[in-house]
Amino acid sequence: MNNLIENISLQSQPGSKLKYTAKDFQSDQEVRWCPGCGDYSILAQAQRIMPDIGIPKHQIVFVSGIGCSSRFPYYMDTYGFHGIHGRATAIASGVKLAQPDLSVWVVTGDGDGMSIGGNHLIHLLRRNIDVNVLLFNNQIYGLTKGQYSPTSEKGKITKSTPYGSLDYPFNPASLALGASATFVARTLDRDPKHLQSILKRAHDHKGTSFVEIYQNCNVFNDGAFLQFTEKETKDDSVIYLEHGKPLVFGKEKDKGIRLNGFSPEVVSLKDGKVSIHDLLVHNETDTTLSFILADMTYHSHMPRPLGVFLSIERPTYESEMQRQIEFAKEKRGEGNMAKLLNSGETWTIQ
Amino acid sequence: MEEKKLRNLDEATIRFAGDSGDGMQLAGTQFTNTTAILGNDLSTLPDYPAEIRAPQGTTSGVSGFQIHFGSTEINTPGDSCDMLVAMNAAALKVNLPSLIKGGSIIANTDGFNDKNLKLAGYSSNPLKDESLSTYQVFEVDITKLTITSLQEMNLSSKLVDRSKNFFALGMMYWLYDRPLEPTLKWLAEKFADKPDIREANIRVLKAGWNYGETTELFKVRYAVAPARLAPGKYRNITGNQATAWGLMAAAQKAKIDLFLGSYPITPASDILHELSIYKNFRVKTFQAEDEIAGITSAIGASFAGALGATTTSGPGFSLKTEALGLAVMVELPLVVVNVQRGGPSTGLPTKTEQADLLQALYGRNGEAPIPVIAAATPSDCFNAIYESVRIAIKYMTPVICLTDGYLGNGSEPWFIPDYEKLPDISPHFRTDPEGFFPYERDAVTLARPWAIPGTPGLEHRIGGLEKQNISGNINYEPENHELMVHLRSEKVARIANDIPPAEVEGDQQGDVLVVGWGSTYGAIKTAVQRHRAKGHRVSLLHLRYLNPMQKNIGEIISRFKTILVPELNLGQLIKIIRANYLVPAVGLNKVQGAPFLAEEIELKIDELIKGH
Repeated sequence: MNNLIENISLQSQPGSKLKYTAKDFQSDQEVRWCPGCGDYSILAQAQRIMPDIGIPKHQIVFVSGIGCSSRFPYYMDTYGFHGIHGRATAIASGVKLAQPDLSVWVVTGDGDGMSIGGNHLIHLLRRNIDVNVLLFNNQIYGLTKGQYSPTSEKGKITKSTPYGSLDYPFNPASLALGASATFVARTLDRDPKHLQSILKRAHDHKGTSFVEIYQNCNVFNDGAFLQFTEKETKDDSVIYLEHGKPLVFGKEKDKGIRLNGFSPEVVSLKDGKVSIHDLLVHNETDTTLSFILADMTYHSHMPRPLGVFLSIERPTYESEMQRQIEFAKEKRGEGNMAKLLNSGETWTIQ
Repeated sequence: MEEKKLRNLDEATIRFAGDSGDGMQLAGTQFTNTTAILGNDLSTLPDYPAEIRAPQGTTSGVSGFQIHFGSTEINTPGDSCDMLVAMNAAALKVNLPSLIKGGSIIANTDGFNDKNLKLAGYSSNPLKDESLSTYQVFEVDITKLTITSLQEMNLSSKLVDRSKNFFALGMMYWLYDRPLEPTLKWLAEKFADKPDIREANIRVLKAGWNYGETTELFKVRYAVAPARLAPGKYRNITGNQATAWGLMAAAQKAKIDLFLGSYPITPASDILHELSIYKNFRVKTFQAEDEIAGITSAIGASFAGALGATTTSGPGFSLKTEALGLAVMVELPLVVVNVQRGGPSTGLPTKTEQADLLQALYGRNGEAPIPVIAAATPSDCFNAIYESVRIAIKYMTPVICLTDGYLGNGSEPWFIPDYEKLPDISPHFRTDPEGFFPYERDAVTLARPWAIPGTPGLEHRIGGLEKQNISGNINYEPENHELMVHLRSEKVARIANDIPPAEVEGDQQGDVLVVGWGSTYGAIKTAVQRHRAKGHRVSLLHLRYLNPMQKNIGEIISRFKTILVPELNLGQLIKIIRANYLVPAVGLNKVQGAPFLAEEIELKIDELIKGH
């Protein structure tokens, strides 16, 4: 095992040339999502960026829970663990803590991650274990055939809520920020380039990366994100967060976000009253700002923010754990079981 | 001054009892450690309320610690005690039924004021009326004597009050001829940074000892010679500590990291505490957000090549159920320790019971066989957990190791094992990609390969969905499912080929065979020995392996006329015995949150013998 781990770390030395293509990450298993499902695009983008992240595929682990998205690991030719409902984040925590050199990814959904697995998710985020969480948000339960989910809009008519759902939805980005996540981003299935860039950012971030991916379920919740993906509407409905850049959006780039006190407001750049210099400038390292931006999510008069809300540094759990292990070894020496068994108060019977 | 008489005893049982804030557990533990160092055999029973500070002075707040020690073999904490230290009226009321007729009571008179008497429900002071006339009562104002001995130190009254357990301890050390040094040494280490507390406790301890020496109250003190245990080196150990050390020893022998995912729960938390200290022993402890994360993180760690373990008690064990099924399906090594307590639900958190056996054996959806192993004594927890790890690694399976509150908190002298001679349990990680299939099995054990992330060429996927035989791909075909159900079952069944045959204690055939499992061992053994001393044909078969059972159990059972199965539940092992071996076994069942008294089993055997 020791030798094994040494070999692994040798191969992950920076600069080692890995000549993978996306195809190398396709497993021999037939993909079985519904035709037209947004999951196909996410799978394709993940396979596309894998050659670029510079990790040998035997050092990559995909862990999932239960749900449509959770079939993901079967389709990746890496190590994979299809767990039980809601527990992917906890399983992944164990994988990463046992072997901190692995690149560990969690694939979960709005039901798996926000409902049954909500508890494990928030604890993973606060611990900041270096795991990348991809939460496919389709705002519906797909695998159980169409009940409302914790991210479904209030009043949603489904099989289990014929008179409309009563629950107010989670906003995953706000939830993650509230759990002290160090990396929070949002992207969507229909924008492959943006999705790829966010996946790479998630990989590069040291600590838990939380990526909410809007994903269309064309069978049970078709068109949930149409406004953000269709040519006619998307430019006026979406705002891309870019670090160090003012928050401008609109087909004509003629609208922006300005702060009024602590509240963001949409302003027009057209009439000359407001200039681009008056606009809010995105800063990924500003925790307070990240809360404000994430909170824009369910305000219908606001464009939907996509991109990286927050990316800050905080020591990872596994590095702190390793530090304690080193400290214990320094203080007590390498563990010697025979010595321990015979330590303290003992007596001998002749 | 009158010379005090020293009387030699073969064995003695004493009980410290007081309010849950009186430090009785500490006094008991110190007395135990000193007694162990003196070379007595011993067995202890800590008995405390679930509340941290239950209502002061009431019977529900009483905390007790019983120790049975002797120069002879000691198997139980004692059916009754000879000496009771009662720090207040409630402690007397609760514990008097455990005191033998004619036994001694040391009563802290300060704890018998009107308020205390009322709280305990006494209408008159038992120290003043005739109700204790059949006992020998020593009235000592422990509180006042403690205050006096600390007068010069100018301490807070709270600190003074909290030192009185050391006065009681000092007195008991004098009464039973024990040295103060081990406790003095402990105090020096424990309170190295708190000189006030250290000094106060030392003074009070010595004052208690001196009080015994000088007061006219005690005419006799007792000596209990060292036990004639097998020659070798011993230490005192609790069950939870033995479990923790067993896990550490196993990980060291297997040369892999131990990953403990655990959520605090009484009475299992001490295993987590203990392992958290030893990070220099390849131990990674992870206090998870809940019981489910405890076990699933451990499964994740096992997938990545560590020895995954999780420790819990009843309600927590219930929460782990679904993940246990996952561990069966993905066939990874995993050790689950259930320190059983009184149930159902939250039940009796600090009391012992054996009512999770059927849950351990069967409590999962689907056909989900898991090996189940039980520890018999506190120190035996080390062997039981080590064996659990051996089986988990060799057979790529979760293993449930059952202990209980009595074993976990109880302690006894332990013949220190020779670490070098513990069996080699190193795993064989798969490294060769040539012809690798995740669910191809070893021809003998039926174990699948342990192929861990980080190994080039072995990338594969596992999960909770049914696996295709050999390839491990998802598969829903009826014949394949049936095959896999049988393979998983057969794999666990084959462990029976790899464990030593069961051994009968006593004659190989006879009238009554007492079949036990778990922590009832000591009481059963004592009861059986008493009958054998009377010439009765009674033997003992104590089971370590609950699943699979040893192959010779049926044959052994067939050699006895009557089978008695004593259990701290309503009859769980007995169902297995009856079903597997088709014998009309008789049960003896107790669910009072307390271990069996040897006498209870002895009487039941009596009844069976008379029936012949």
